[in-house]
Amino acid sequence: MSNVLVFAEHAHGKFPKTTLVALAAGKDAAAKFGGDCYAALLGKGVEGLAADLAEYGVKKVFVVDDAALEHYVADAYAAALSQLAKDKGTDIVIATATAIGKDLLPRVAIRLDAGMASDITDINADGTILRPMYAGNAIATAKFESQYKVISVRATAFDAAPKSGKAEIEKASVSIDAASRKMKFVSFNEITSNRPVLDEARIVVSGGRGLKSGENFTTVLEPLVDAMGAAMGASRAAVDAGFVPNDLQVGQTGKVVAPELYIAVGISGAIQHLAGMKDSKVIVAINKDAEAPIFQVSDYGLVADLFKAVPELKEEIEKLKH
Amino acid sequence: MKILVAVKRVPDPNATIKVKPDGTGIVTDNLKYVVNPFCEIAIEEALRIKEKVSGTEVVIVSIGGKVSQEQLRTGLAMGADRAILVIAEQELDSVGVARILEKLVRTENADLVLLGKQAIDDDANQAGQMLAELLGWPQATFASKVELSADQKSATVTREVDGGLEDVSFALPGIVTADLRLNEPRYASLPGIMKARKKELKEIPVADLGIDVTPRLKVLSLASPPKRQAGKVVGSVQELVNLLHTEAKVI
Ligand SMILES: Cc1cc2nc3c(=O)[nH]c(=O)nc-3n(C[C@H](O)[C@H](O)[C@H](O)COP(=O)(O)OP(=O)(O)OC[C@H]3O[C@@H](n4cnc5c(N)ncnc54)[C@H](O)[C@@H]3O)c2cc1C
Ligand SMILES: Nc1ncnc2c1ncn2[C@@H]1O[C@H](COP(=O)(O)O)[C@@H](O)[C@H]1O
Repeated sequence: MSNVLVFAEHAHGKFPKTTLVALAAGKDAAAKFGGDCYAALLGKGVEGLAADLAEYGVKKVFVVDDAALEHYVADAYAAALSQLAKDKGTDIVIATATAIGKDLLPRVAIRLDAGMASDITDINADGTILRPMYAGNAIATAKFESQYKVISVRATAFDAAPKSGKAEIEKASVSIDAASRKMKFVSFNEITSNRPVLDEARIVVSGGRGLKSGENFTTVLEPLVDAMGAAMGASRAAVDAGFVPNDLQVGQTGKVVAPELYIAVGISGAIQHLAGMKDSKVIVAINKDAEAPIFQVSDYGLVADLFKAVPELKEEIEKLKH
Repeated sequence: MKILVAVKRVPDPNATIKVKPDGTGIVTDNLKYVVNPFCEIAIEEALRIKEKVSGTEVVIVSIGGKVSQEQLRTGLAMGADRAILVIAEQELDSVGVARILEKLVRTENADLVLLGKQAIDDDANQAGQMLAELLGWPQATFASKVELSADQKSATVTREVDGGLEDVSFALPGIVTADLRLNEPRYASLPGIMKARKKELKEIPVADLGIDVTPRLKVLSLASPPKRQAGKVVGSVQELVNLLHTEAKVI
């Protein structure tokens, strides 16, 4: 029997969908390892969030409210989370593979003397896990050989945990010594946008090098994105060129998305890009090169000049809405 | 200062990777291997610091089979000063890699360790963070900018995170893992390649380090992912919208 502790990441006083995915994975792991699923809420002045977290069907919410946890920093958070796991007897620690999850969990694994599986897509009944390797060209089945197990979950691998019940909330305290507080948060340059975030959107419209400039993203692609109520994504080439911010990169080394509809505009379809979107339900590609590899994974392909097709598509979408 | 860079040998990112029919691994016949792209960026960053801070030594290290010599030679040709290859033919998980690196960092007494954020073969994104915890050091993962203080005693690092860019700072020694936008790695020059042949490349059998590197996460088998079929090519925007509405029912 192994109990599970889910790290409940929060931002702006809310739990994003990625956290609900971690909770769903945590409950699945608890069922398969025959234990209970608990949630860990870490931060400063976060007690008010606990009631919300308690509604997602966990056994108990542990709240660690500590001035050292005001801003996320890997060392202090790893100290707190691993200590909580030890104190509460949870052998399995789970978070979603967000930027924070990826940064934090390997440190927790060391503190717990655990093995760690990153970016898993499934947990088998026998406790083995599935995870993609080689940009998704291979799916590995892997087995833990350690008592403690640390798992980061791919954001697209589980449906968000639904609300069910009301768990008990328990305040917990941990001691975070000076040796675990060497990192200092300086600033966060947040890109604010009114669009849905990539992880949560039903529709994602992504642009690539074919857009040719940041200005064209604004004048050509964004009107379509907004007409569809979609999130905007991009290829690495578009991010590298400075057309759009880094956190829009979809792919092996960016975000992994699986929306109902993914529209790739001016993107060739390199394997590293496909790794981040090929599990989308419906894929559309707009590219002027009929030979572009993106067409090999597209349900609907339009061979056309994007500068003509995208404005037209926006018009047609708007017509449909009326 | 002394900078250690961890460099992994991985299949060329442009190569087509296929799983062996028996699931024991990937097909390696005629596969080209390169320096993991993120490690190349890490080497470049170390070299840029060396160019700014006189007296800096850049030591590159790799763990793997003897063949990893090739990737270390590439790093030496780019400009690293010397190389260490820990010969380990067995399968390692990131904990094992981090333990070996910990030992090397301690013996070398490095001030700064640079790694890639992710090896593009195992896609683990773990080793740098694990190494930081083993050493009890601060870390800045997913770095897009590294700035050392004038006295080289501390670092401020810009990180690519969800929702934007974050700055963190810490006193050295510390760990930085490189993201794609940190820099554009140089190519090795011909004179660089000539010089690299004479640079020190020390080999250490993993057994000599006396570390337990038994994997705590063991890969049992590999399988091919489900294949997506190419669908229709549509003739016009109207047809596309029509199909998305009536056939796919997603708009
Ligand atoms: C270590 C590593 C990690 C990587 N990680 C990622 C990742 O996470 N995500 C990612 O996306 N990439 C990643 N890449 C990069 C990847 O290999 C490709 O280089 C990148 O995806 C290409 O971006 P692109 O398709 O926008 O550009 P290109 O390959 O240049 O394609 C542009 C496309 O636009 C089309 N086009 C041009 N003009 C028009 C027009 N007027 N109308 C219609 N179509 C037009 C062209 O036909 C072409 O197909 C990674 C690479 C490496 C080595
Ligand atoms: N076998 C290895 N030899 C040298 N460095 C490694 C090795 N494995 C991982 N690393 C380093 O750790 C980084 C992250 O790897 P990973 O955690 O496997 O995704 C890589 O970019 C390398 O810098």
